[in-house]
Amino acid sequence: MDTVAQLVILTLAAGTPLVFAALGELVTEKAGVLNLGVEGMMLVGAVVAFIVASTSGSPWLGVAAGMAAGAVVSMIFAVVALSLMANQVATGLALSLFGIGLSAFVGLDFVSVVIEGIKPLAIRGLSDLPVVGQLLFGHNPLVYLSFVLFAAVQAFLYRSRAGLVLRAVGESPQSAHAIGYPVIAIRYAAVFFGGACSGLAGAYLSVAYTPLWVEGMVAGRGWIALALVVFATWKPWRVLAGAYLFGGVTLAQFQAQASGSAIPAQYLSMLPYLATIVVLAVISRDTVTIRLNAPASLGKPFHPAG
Amino acid sequence: MPSMNRRTALATMAGALASAALPVRAQSKAAGPMKVGYVYVSPIGDAGWTYQHDIGRKQMEAALAGKVTTKYIESVPEGADAERVIRELAQSGHQMIFTTSFGYMNPTIKVAQSFPKVHFEHATGYKTAPNVGIYNARFYEGRYLAGIVAGRMTKTNVAGYVAAFPIPEVVMGINAFTRGMRSVNPKAEMKVVWISSWFDPGKERTAAETLISQGADVVTHHTDSTAVVQAAEAKGVYAVSYHSDMSKYGPKAQLTGVTHVWGEYYTKTVTAAVEGKWKPGSIWGGIKDHMIKLAPFNAAVPASVRDEVGKIEAAIGAGKFHPFTGPVKDNEGKERLASGKVIDDATLGKMDYYVEGVQGKLPASK
Repeated sequence: MDTVAQLVILTLAAGTPLVFAALGELVTEKAGVLNLGVEGMMLVGAVVAFIVASTSGSPWLGVAAGMAAGAVVSMIFAVVALSLMANQVATGLALSLFGIGLSAFVGLDFVSVVIEGIKPLAIRGLSDLPVVGQLLFGHNPLVYLSFVLFAAVQAFLYRSRAGLVLRAVGESPQSAHAIGYPVIAIRYAAVFFGGACSGLAGAYLSVAYTPLWVEGMVAGRGWIALALVVFATWKPWRVLAGAYLFGGVTLAQFQAQASGSAIPAQYLSMLPYLATIVVLAVISRDTVTIRLNAPASLGKPFHPAG
Repeated sequence: MPSMNRRTALATMAGALASAALPVRAQSKAAGPMKVGYVYVSPIGDAGWTYQHDIGRKQMEAALAGKVTTKYIESVPEGADAERVIRELAQSGHQMIFTTSFGYMNPTIKVAQSFPKVHFEHATGYKTAPNVGIYNARFYEGRYLAGIVAGRMTKTNVAGYVAAFPIPEVVMGINAFTRGMRSVNPKAEMKVVWISSWFDPGKERTAAETLISQGADVVTHHTDSTAVVQAAEAKGVYAVSYHSDMSKYGPKAQLTGVTHVWGEYYTKTVTAAVEGKWKPGSIWGGIKDHMIKLAPFNAAVPASVRDEVGKIEAAIGAGKFHPFTGPVKDNEGKERLASGKVIDDATLGKMDYYVEGVQGKLPASK
């Protein structure tokens, strides 16, 4: 049973950065904005979080700073893509490249720094309970934060008036504008939220998951998060399932290898990608659902004057 | 020049040996210090493959102060970009250029053809030309020694290896480590996880934690970040670092490390170039040539183990012992090398099987 608990803990730990980044991007896309800069924003979040954590000595302050940094760079995208109405795909890609370079530059003096990261919970009494102790109380605090974020996003999008407005902006910005909603401002807010979540995802990597800073340490997770949103047909719970599935299969194939499996490692390394795509494609195979969930105005610039 | 007689007989390097005999055109001596360029595949960072090359570059520059100036370009992707970077270095008057990653092989050869007067040295490749030499280190010698330490320190008799891609160089390291470990502890087994990436701290960490959860109490890696050593530190098990000394990231965990030392070699070959005596070599240096060194031992390693390792190290350095001395059996029980025989470099360079004691099946094997 102990190994099962270990597996669950490692799975959630590996899936959490994807949950943060993909939920943020989901909200952005629900407002009709396609921001491909997730990888870049994650790296900026990671480096700023690491720098602040190492200079202040407080990893939590680092997490906050990482979120703020992600949000700030996302505003560059917002100005160019929303106010200046540049192509969103091109602007997002540019933001990713910019983030990769900027984080490398800013983090130059911090590659050799060692920090105390955020450690998994250890609640006296509770975490030591057999089986459930580790399972329920043995995770990194940020993993619990990702649960909270999931619940908040789900409630916001489908249980709140503000969420309804956000989705309306993503479906038909013209109609939302006609009945008096500030489309551009709402989209700014959605991009800001997405940026903060990406920053948080990066911060999780650099101060909790692997407490270190090295150039390019996000290693493609931003792109996987982007793909997850699409394969999950813009539904938060599917994003969550996809992220854990990806983390879980990655882990399972490592376990298989370490136990001396006879399946070639190349096939095993394909598995996380393959399994995630297949499962999400199967649960999302209903084209009507896709049409209902994909924001109709995704990636299209909007100008109030039409 | 100790490493000259270490010139290897790798089959793939055979061409190199022929061309090494060719005379080198007299160098037109430019006034002022010689410009030496380095091309790195990744950022220098604080540990890892490129970091070690950069330490070597700095040592060489200090040793030849006034006679050389150096320049490096980091994070150069292997492929078309590399050719442009190498060409620019040659065009801007660099008389000697080190290209420090396997994938620079073809670009280096190509650029070298256009600049016959510039000296090129390519690390870890096998193609040479009248003005292109190659150099590499016998990392497996250090792996074997580190394996002895692991074999003595493990309590669970399980070691874990986080590996990047199943190419001969990595397989050679796994096998050497395992043989070293089992030379002192025949019950010890090796578990391997391939992560299909040279650099992904997240995956490296997860792989290390997986190995630890399956009982490994000594982990090592052939990947480029410090994540494996950090994972060991967090979980309270031992680690053997690779490329660089990573004790800073795992003061309690790191038993020792297999580190690359390029400074002495760089100093020697650049000195030859400065004096106009440079010839393209085909160098595969090891402990004897000081290209491989163990990082300082952890305080937990007892003196008896240090002595034991020191003795084998001296024997390897003196050429009296080879980590792959028969009998070598693969992990399916087939004999790969008869008792008493020493593996030759060509066979070593093509290693495509796990030795006895490694669990699982090698991805590349049929």
